[in-house]
Amino acid sequence: MSLKTEELVLNMGPQHPSTHGVLRLELLVDGEIVKNVTPHLGYLHRCFEKHTEAMQYFQVVPYTDRLDYLASMGNNFGYVLTIEKLLNLKVPERVEYIRVIVAELQRIASHLVAIGTFGIDVGAFTPFLFCFRDREIILNLLEELTGARFLYNFMAVGGLNYDLPDGWTEKVKDFAKQFRNTIKELNDLLSFNKIFIERTANVGILPADLAINYGISGPMLRASGVKYDIRKNAPYSIYDRFDFEIPVGKGLKGTVGDTWDRYFVRVLEMEQSLNIVEQAIDNIPEGDVKEAIPKKIKPPVGTVYGRVENPRGELGFFVVSDGGVNPFRVKVRPPSFCNLSVINEICKNNLVSDVVAILGSIDIVLGEVDR
Amino acid sequence: MKTLNEFFDLLKNQFGEAVIELKQDIDPYIIVSADIMDKLVEFIKVNDDFKFDFCTCVSGVDDANGTKSKDENGNDVITGGTLSVFYHFRRLFDDAKLIFRVQVPRENPKVKSIANIYRAADWHEREAYDMFGIIFENHPYLRRILMPYDWEGHPLRKDYQNPEFYQGIKISYN
Amino acid sequence: MNELLKDILINVLLAAAPLFLWILPYALLAVYLERKVSAFMQDRLGPMRVGKYGLLQTIADILKLLQKEDITADAVDKKLFNFAPVLVFIGSYAAFAAIPFSSIYIGSNIDLGIFYILAVSSLVVAGLLLGAWASNNKYSLYGGLRTAAQIVSYEIPTAIVVLSLVIVAGTLNLKEMSEAQTANIFNWYIFGGPELSLKKFILIPFLLVAAVIYFISSLAEVNRTPFDIPEAESEIIGGYHTEYSGMKFAFFFLAEYANMFAVSAVITVLFFGGYQSPFGYLGNLLNMPWLIGLEQIFWFLFKGMLFVFVQMWLRWTLPRLRVDQLMALCWRYLIPISLVNLVIIAFISLL
Repeated sequence: MSLKTEELVLNMGPQHPSTHGVLRLELLVDGEIVKNVTPHLGYLHRCFEKHTEAMQYFQVVPYTDRLDYLASMGNNFGYVLTIEKLLNLKVPERVEYIRVIVAELQRIASHLVAIGTFGIDVGAFTPFLFCFRDREIILNLLEELTGARFLYNFMAVGGLNYDLPDGWTEKVKDFAKQFRNTIKELNDLLSFNKIFIERTANVGILPADLAINYGISGPMLRASGVKYDIRKNAPYSIYDRFDFEIPVGKGLKGTVGDTWDRYFVRVLEMEQSLNIVEQAIDNIPEGDVKEAIPKKIKPPVGTVYGRVENPRGELGFFVVSDGGVNPFRVKVRPPSFCNLSVINEICKNNLVSDVVAILGSIDIVLGEVDR
Repeated sequence: MKTLNEFFDLLKNQFGEAVIELKQDIDPYIIVSADIMDKLVEFIKVNDDFKFDFCTCVSGVDDANGTKSKDENGNDVITGGTLSVFYHFRRLFDDAKLIFRVQVPRENPKVKSIANIYRAADWHEREAYDMFGIIFENHPYLRRILMPYDWEGHPLRKDYQNPEFYQGIKISYN
Repeated sequence: MNELLKDILINVLLAAAPLFLWILPYALLAVYLERKVSAFMQDRLGPMRVGKYGLLQTIADILKLLQKEDITADAVDKKLFNFAPVLVFIGSYAAFAAIPFSSIYIGSNIDLGIFYILAVSSLVVAGLLLGAWASNNKYSLYGGLRTAAQIVSYEIPTAIVVLSLVIVAGTLNLKEMSEAQTANIFNWYIFGGPELSLKKFILIPFLLVAAVIYFISSLAEVNRTPFDIPEAESEIIGGYHTEYSGMKFAFFFLAEYANMFAVSAVITVLFFGGYQSPFGYLGNLLNMPWLIGLEQIFWFLFKGMLFVFVQMWLRWTLPRLRVDQLMALCWRYLIPISLVNLVIIAFISLL
């Protein structure tokens, strides 16, 4: 006589402590083993693309902050870069340097959130607070610069909205000196902890060819062994002047492309961002940040696709212009949207606890998945 | 590293009439017809000259080039004209790019789906269906992705009006 | 008949009242201590507003829980749902009856001391399973199944270690075990026991291994990190106590802290000398014999709280083990090691 078993539909619903926002995952489980994962999106859809058709080009910038709200500077950067490509506009050197510094600081802040919340998902509560302690310092720096802690509206098409206050560069240098200790602390506490490695190594392995086929980008792609970073392969702004490396997953603690690799690539990237900030902060040229901002933006008819390397992957803006002052169509290509689509493939035949760990390592932000 | 003209010529040799024209633009693109889309994509994935392995973006655009008129409530309605789908492809080792555009009639928008060849296009095509109503044939499971599953209408079309009620809840207040 | 009843009543009150005088304030203190300890480890301050340094915080929390609406969902099995916290409470608190707080006070000096404690703490499993099943909630079911598997598996190394210690001590009675570890720190069982002989020195490494195994298994018995899969907040929200609110939730919560102290008390009695002080007594020095009893209470509580502090320290440092890793740890590592340990200790005791 054989035992009749049934598969259970478990709903990790829109309200859940570790789905990083309002995401609904429908799990089909057999005991503790997951057979199928179906994500249901749209709980945070705020019609960004429809709004852009009713506003002028420069008015869209604050709305882009709210796409990936943990990396607002990166979103701003992507949009203004695209519009400047459409207008064929050249910005002053000072603007370029400040944009790069701010984008890299934002990358560090975003990775700190990713690492901290990943620790909580796996059960380690303390690294979260250490990460947020350092993130507070970055947020204070950016608040001094822009006036806001979280959604900055800092960049404008052709320049910046604010200039650097006095003494800001010294504070950034102090932060850079102190941050290396934090990375060391984090490695001691979490990265090389035996229980953490047991939890994350060999879990959710993403092979490189599957990653490329699914359109994955960012730290997730680099963790699978593919050395592709837009800042190096197709440099935008002034990234080609700086000397930094691209960390790639090597399968140190398990296989290439597992959850531990995705986590550790982010830790290494924070260090590289710090290198870029230290190189840039000493060489900011003088100038006026607002001099190249056009009075009226009326681009020629055409289409353009501009992209930047956001902390979560490749953020692309596809803008169709019909010659008017409002954009005709702005399509956002969000990194988390593409990264999330692979979750069904890599969660098969893992346990329910692993689904949480894998979702934490993909590092999604629902603001840009749903727009 | 081939230029875009060379890519265009190779494609025209392979597919003939279906590859329509190479449009110059800030980001130039190639206009192709809708029914060879899946064969074209299969070709650029495996052929040695192409080997484009990364599909970055599939986006729908409402061209709004039909005739505008007003219906009985005074709302704008567009009849005729086309909807477009833009496909962006990249190659990872030298970062070459290729952009295609497909134009389909507004009343009967059908495009062959490429979701089985490039899995990245799966969710992008669902979004194009959700927002514009473009039907992708042979898609594994075409259903709405951002709007609720029982929503009526396709929001990003230029003549879209919000419905009065959704499941008994009044929608617009101004 | 009346005399007998009065006798029983007085004995029951004598046995139970001091326990309630200690356990309930301790539970309040432990909640506050956990919040402060975790705060200082995480570079922040913890509760600071209610009372000086936040000392009255737990009382405020208990008042809040008492006046909360007791929500019982429609589809739960009402009788089992209401009974489950009671069972968990009973299982945790009844174990304190056999624990010797001092030479002058023990709730009930039964000869089966440690056996009774192990048996009664197993009632907790039944309570948790009842709560999980009666909640009629998939998440609670997950939590309940995981916790049942975990607690039942980890009772085996616990029992084996206790058995090996019983072989060394020669008695199940906890009071006699504490009495045997007198005079100074080197008479404690972790250092081999009171008789000075070759046996004592050879036993030391094996008893150390036994103590470590017992500590790990007891962490799993009380569902503390790294074994807190049953209440893993980030995966199954609340596990078996998802559906409970108000006072019933407070029962589960307090029972967990009482359980923590119970296992700390047992490990102190077994390995670390119970209520004996590591050096002499002040009462002996000042020739006040009645002081010794009070001093012993102080030493016992101090050692118990030390182990509670170590449990809290581990909770905030380590991540959580996955369910299959947890079970693998028990069945593939702890049980074979403890069995081998038992056999070796038995052989050495024959010398």
